[in-house]
Order: sequence, then structure tokens, then C-alpha cells
Amino acid sequence: MIRPACLILLAAGGITGAAPPAAAERLVTSLSEHRVMVTSSFNGSEVVLFGGIERDTGALPLRGNYDIAVTVIGPRQTVVTFRKERVLGIWLNYESRVFDNAPSYLAVLTNRPLEAITNADTLRRLQLGLDNIALPQRLDHAPADDLPGETFRKAFLTLKDEHGLYRQESNGVTFLTPALFRASIALPAEVPTGTYEIEVKLFMDGMLIARTPSALEIYKAGFEQFVSSSAQNHGVLYGLAAALMAILTGWFASVVFRRD
Amino acid sequence: MQIYLPIADLPVNIFLILGMGLAVGFISGMFGIGGGFLMTPLLIFLGVSPAVAVATVSSHIAASSCSGAISYWRRRTIDVPLAGLLLAGGIAGTASGVWLFTTLRSIGQLDITIGLSYVLLLGIVGGLMVIESVRAIMRARRGKPIELRRPGSHTWIHGLPFKLRFKRSGIYVSAVPVLGIGYIIGFVGAVMGIGGGFLLVPMLIYILRVPTQTVIGTSMVLTLVTMASATVMHAATNHLVDAVLAMFLMVGGVVGAQFGARAGQRISGERLRLLLGLLVLAVGIRFGLDLTLPPENLFTLRPLEAG
Repeated sequence: MIRPACLILLAAGGITGAAPPAAAERLVTSLSEHRVMVTSSFNGSEVVLFGGIERDTGALPLRGNYDIAVTVIGPRQTVVTFRKERVLGIWLNYESRVFDNAPSYLAVLTNRPLEAITNADTLRRLQLGLDNIALPQRLDHAPADDLPGETFRKAFLTLKDEHGLYRQESNGVTFLTPALFRASIALPAEVPTGTYEIEVKLFMDGMLIARTPSALEIYKAGFEQFVSSSAQNHGVLYGLAAALMAILTGWFASVVFRRD
Repeated sequence: MQIYLPIADLPVNIFLILGMGLAVGFISGMFGIGGGFLMTPLLIFLGVSPAVAVATVSSHIAASSCSGAISYWRRRTIDVPLAGLLLAGGIAGTASGVWLFTTLRSIGQLDITIGLSYVLLLGIVGGLMVIESVRAIMRARRGKPIELRRPGSHTWIHGLPFKLRFKRSGIYVSAVPVLGIGYIIGFVGAVMGIGGGFLLVPMLIYILRVPTQTVIGTSMVLTLVTMASATVMHAATNHLVDAVLAMFLMVGGVVGAQFGARAGQRISGERLRLLLGLLVLAVGIRFGLDLTLPPENLFTLRPLEAG
């Protein structure tokens, strides 16, 4: 997954239908790490994204006109959201919605609030921000469809946010110079492993003028990798080893603590 | 000190896990139970997914019951033929339990079944044990001899055919209730993801009239075999046993079980049963409250497992 080209991907194709300004801006981004290792001491991590804005004409960028939005999307997951209801005095999972291919991790980092960057229509069209991300849901043998999907969507976002897996930070991007910015992507300890898609969008006067993709990989390494891959690939052997470990531990303890 | 668990996919504090293993191990050694009904909810509370918790706890229970079983073996308080016969019933029970588990899961009613069975089983078993042991303690206070095995009070169970003599326990009972109890334990264990020791111990005491001293060792042998095979089965089918988590739980568990077994020997049978009864009842009430009190958050998320 690490291609040096990632670092200097041009965003030629990223220009929207809205008429772009005469001067074409380009975005150049780079990550502090492209691969994050999950080892036995992993307790969350932070990846820093640096980016620069270049202008074709060679003229200096206009001060204060640029806005940056960084979206990080983790591996997609199908998740069920249950809602409890009281039935005969007992709270049980009554209704549920299945969220197909929802991002397991989602970060939207901007240099100022999204509403200040562009209008609601554009945000919706670009699916930018937690309020606008598409989260398709379907009914999963629910007894009655008396709750609007919006309730489930809100609950889903809240729960994800509580785990630090969905975050929207309006001060997540800092401009170092008018044409140079940095964004730090916080990865909580619970982040799932896999490939994370990153997209940086450049706005000027509320219009999307450039975007550039990048990617980040989170993977297990060393002992962690060994344990999880043997559990996956050699289930029976792994189970036998675990059972043997249990019996040996028990036997060892009884020898150590033997008094008579 | 934090360590990242490779299967559960989250970091935990090593000392917290060791401490939990120690505490549950102490209780399991003292009463001759696996302690799964305590450990599984604790792990879920820490953020481990219920499926990983159930699978991992089975290996932890195997370790602490192994260490306990060896101590009881040395004290010659294990009734091997009784354990063997219970096991035969247990295997059949596990098979039908797994079948019910799969069926309930496919119709989406597994969670509520587990919750209700916890409340009902723990509530009834705990309640009965508390009442019985309080009566026994009161009788002893009044100076009457403690007579758990009333030779004259034969129930219909003692009239069943295929009678066998279990020398070490000093009982003469039919093979039918022994196989039946084994079956129930295997069945309940597979459905609820517990070792079933807290059910087995009172059943052996009250139905078969096995003396308290051999009950614990015998129950531990049964728990050891069922939980070791459950570990292999969980690992082979669902790949959910977290060996790192299991190891820390085990180390704490076996040490705790040693001290627990010693503490258990010093307490009289009635008091031991009263304590276990109160503990079981408390966990049952806890589950009951979870089901009936308005939950803090109505919504829960669960990743859909592939397949």
C-alpha cells in the first residue's frame, strides 16, 4: 500500500462541477507515518498530516481564503444498532437497524467550522461532516417500523463518538503559513486494523477547488500478529494450545503451592 | 501497565486483569465452582465483546478448576466414578445446548434468553441455598445435630432403578438422576456460556445427597473437562479465544483458587453454602435489575459477524 506516489498525488480530477477559479490550485500532502503498528504496548496513536497548497500560475496564494477539510475513513463494517423497549416489564432489544458498510472510524478535521467553510448544500453533496455522511440502513426483522431512521442514525453517531471512533474537529487543521497546513489524526486504542482512506479537500470562498487522496494502514505486528493469525488460521491447534496452557498453569500452581 | 489484547482488540491494564483473576479464582476454589457467571459479566463490563468474553473465560475456568481439582485429588475428595457418569450425561447435554444456542441465535432471541435464564436460575438456586443454609445454621445454633443426609428421608429419586454405589461419597443412588444432572449442566453451560458449577454443587448436595466435602472436588473435575473442551470448540469454530487475556486471567485465577480452596476447608459446610447462595442470588438480582430498570442508553451497537 505504500506508494511514494501517494505523497504527491495531484488532484486534477477532484475539481467539482462548480466553475473553478481561473488559477488551478494543487494540494500536496504527506503523512508522518503511512503504517501504524499495533503491538502489545499499543494504546492509541496519532498520525500527523502535512500539506501544502501550490498555484500553477506561480502567484502567491491569497491570504485567508483557503479552507481545508481532512476526512479519514476506516475499514467499512456492517453494524447492527439495537433499541431497547419495555416488554412485559423487561427491557429487551426490540427494534434494530443494520448499518451496511458504515465506516468503522471517521474523522473530519477542518480549520474552522464546516458551516463557515461552505454552504449546507455543498456539504450534503460532498457528504462532508458527521451530519452529512451517508449511513445507509436497513430493517432487520424489526417488529414494527414506528421509529424514523433518523433516531437510529443519531444513536449510532453518539455511540461511535463516545468511543472516540467518530470525531469532528473544527480546529483539527492548523495553517502554519497561508499555504502550509498540518492536521493531527488521533487514533484511539480501539481502532480496527485495516486500510484507512484519507481525503484532503481544499475550499476557496466556499467552493471545492482541489482534493487529493491518501491512505494509512493500521496493522498488527510481532506477537500480536502471531496470536491473531494463528487463532484465525489454525483454530483447532490454537484451541488445543490454549487448553493445554490452562491445564499446565493449573498444574504448575498446585505444585508451587503444595504444602503437604 | 497496559497491554493490547490481540483477539479482543483493545488495551487493558495487566494488574486489573490479574486482580480479577485472583478474586474470581479465590471464589472458585472456595466453592468448587468455575466462576464463569462472575468473570464473563466482569469482562463485558471492561469492554471485551460478549462472544470473546465467553470463549476466553472457558479457558480461564479450565485452569482454575484444574489447579483446584489437583488439590482436592491429593486430599482424596474426588469421586471418580461419579464424575465419569456426570460427564457422560454432560456431553449429551452440551450437544443439545449448542443446537439450541444456534437456533436461538438465528431467530435473534439469544440475548434475552440468556438474560432471563441468568435471572431465573441464579435467583432460584441462590434463594433456595440461602433459605436451606440459614435453616441448617439455626438448627445448629439450637444445639440440634447438623444432619444433611437424613437417612430416612428418601425421595422418589431414591426409588429409581439402576442403582450404583459410589464408595467415596458414600451414596447409593440410581444412575438415572446422575446422568440427568450431567445432561442439565452440559445443556445450561452451552446455552449460557458458563461452567455450571454453581448449579452442579447444589444439585449434587440436595438431590443426590453427596457430602459437601466430595462435592467440590468432583464438581471441579467435571468443570475442568467441559471447559477444556469448550475452549477447543470455541477456538476451532469462532476463533474468539484471546490467549493473552486468558493467560493473565489464568495466572491470577490459579493463585486465587489455591487460597480459596484452603479458606473453603476452614469454613463449615452450612456457612459455605450460605455464602455461595448469597453470591449467586446477588448476581441474579443484578441481572434482574439490568432487565427491568430503564437502561442508561437505549441503544447498543454490535458488529455483524460475517457468515
